[in-house]
Amino acid sequence: MPVTGPETMTDTLRTPLYDLHTALGAKMTPFAGYDMPLQYDGIMAEHKHTREAAGLFDVSHMGQAHYTGEEAALEKLITADLSALAHGEQKYTLLLNEQGGIRDDLMVSRPFGDDGLFLVVNAATKADDFAHIAKNTSGKGELRVIGDRALIALQGPQAADVFSALVPDAAKLVFMQCRVFTLDGTEIWVSRSGYTGEDGFEISLPADRAAEITQKILDDERVKPVGLGARDSLRLEAGLCLYGHDMNEETTPVEAVLMWAVAKPRRERLDFPGAARVMQMLADKPARKRVGFTMTGAPAREGAEIVKDGQTIGVVTSGGFGPSVGGPVGMAYIDTEFGAPGTEIEILLRGKARPAQVTKMPFVEQRYYRGE
Amino acid sequence: MSVKYTKDHEWVKIDGDTATVGITSYAAEQLGDVVFVELPDVGKTFDQGDEMAVVESVKAASEVYAPVSGEVVAVNDGLEGEPQKVNESPDSDGWFVKLKLGDTSQLDSLMDDAAYQAHIS
Repeated sequence: MPVTGPETMTDTLRTPLYDLHTALGAKMTPFAGYDMPLQYDGIMAEHKHTREAAGLFDVSHMGQAHYTGEEAALEKLITADLSALAHGEQKYTLLLNEQGGIRDDLMVSRPFGDDGLFLVVNAATKADDFAHIAKNTSGKGELRVIGDRALIALQGPQAADVFSALVPDAAKLVFMQCRVFTLDGTEIWVSRSGYTGEDGFEISLPADRAAEITQKILDDERVKPVGLGARDSLRLEAGLCLYGHDMNEETTPVEAVLMWAVAKPRRERLDFPGAARVMQMLADKPARKRVGFTMTGAPAREGAEIVKDGQTIGVVTSGGFGPSVGGPVGMAYIDTEFGAPGTEIEILLRGKARPAQVTKMPFVEQRYYRGE
Repeated sequence: MSVKYTKDHEWVKIDGDTATVGITSYAAEQLGDVVFVELPDVGKTFDQGDEMAVVESVKAASEVYAPVSGEVVAVNDGLEGEPQKVNESPDSDGWFVKLKLGDTSQLDSLMDDAAYQAHIS
């Protein structure tokens, strides 16, 4: 079935919140075809504010879609057990290629009062993802790309207090639950989830009401707008993968240490893409795996080589300064024999070997709300 | 004491045959929050344009080049514990190194304040 929706990438695109960003003084940057806010007050301040109070993110560049029809056709492409996905629940899942390589990571949810599924995929991969899903479910299901809704995230320990002042019942959601609410007569789709390691919400709202509702949330003095810079440092400290960096089509869920996202019944049935190869790799242990690392001094960045006794044993896939950790943190793919937390390694920075240590992730405590 | 600038946004304050080097407030602003500065060892010599130091912000690493040739006679050890000084006072407490000048004629190739302001505007 053909993909429908405004998915033609030509010039730099703007989200429905573009004017709000510029009015707030954001420094803008091109990202995945969009002109996005990199920062407002500064990455460090925005990062810390999110961990201490609440940060508001525009993630409207991400791909939203609605799927209806035969769910088995969609399920074949991903790693979730859709039959176990109840109304009002959301799952993190993976879109795999036939070799078990990761095409993308995504959220799938089953909204109440809806006969379909709501998908949220990465911005840089959305055109490919939607074409792939549409092609492989053709004649069995329909994928409708949602181009008229914005997506924002409100994250941080005060997010629930802030948001429940506007939408009281939102506080009843627990991590990875979703509901449709009405705010000022506008239908908003809310899930208790995010990409920071903090409690919070992701909120899909009509594009033509997005600026007004976002401004209303920002009117709460506990909330500050946060750009992509701090979004990256927050997710890195939380140990969350960034697609295209910490996993890609060449990495399997075993190597990426994301087997928790492959539902048990799917493993047993061996019916996810590349299942035979992936389960064999799980049994044999992969040659390399994703790990976290910490170090002192200059942060190792993506692409830095990891060595041990003069041999290359891995590569950094994400790295930077962790403002809440107070030092450099990163993720790397490393030969599995060196993957145990505590292992001393060296990372080449500008030709010099710097000591680093394999470190268990997350680097900061995840503070998801799982109920009283 | 005169101040000169490079097109790569380093400033140089000249006092006799000593040149104090830092990065401009414009550069510090562009870099964002500085989290680490890698400084050279005292005694090391650089030719004009050599990579002399590295400044790491939350987002990226940037090289700092020697605005003039010379030998490092002092480095700002205070940046080790307080790299944020580069953002707070790039023109003073956030200095990087002091160089003993080799060829003073190299100063002529640098910009004065008016030329630098025009360069960044």
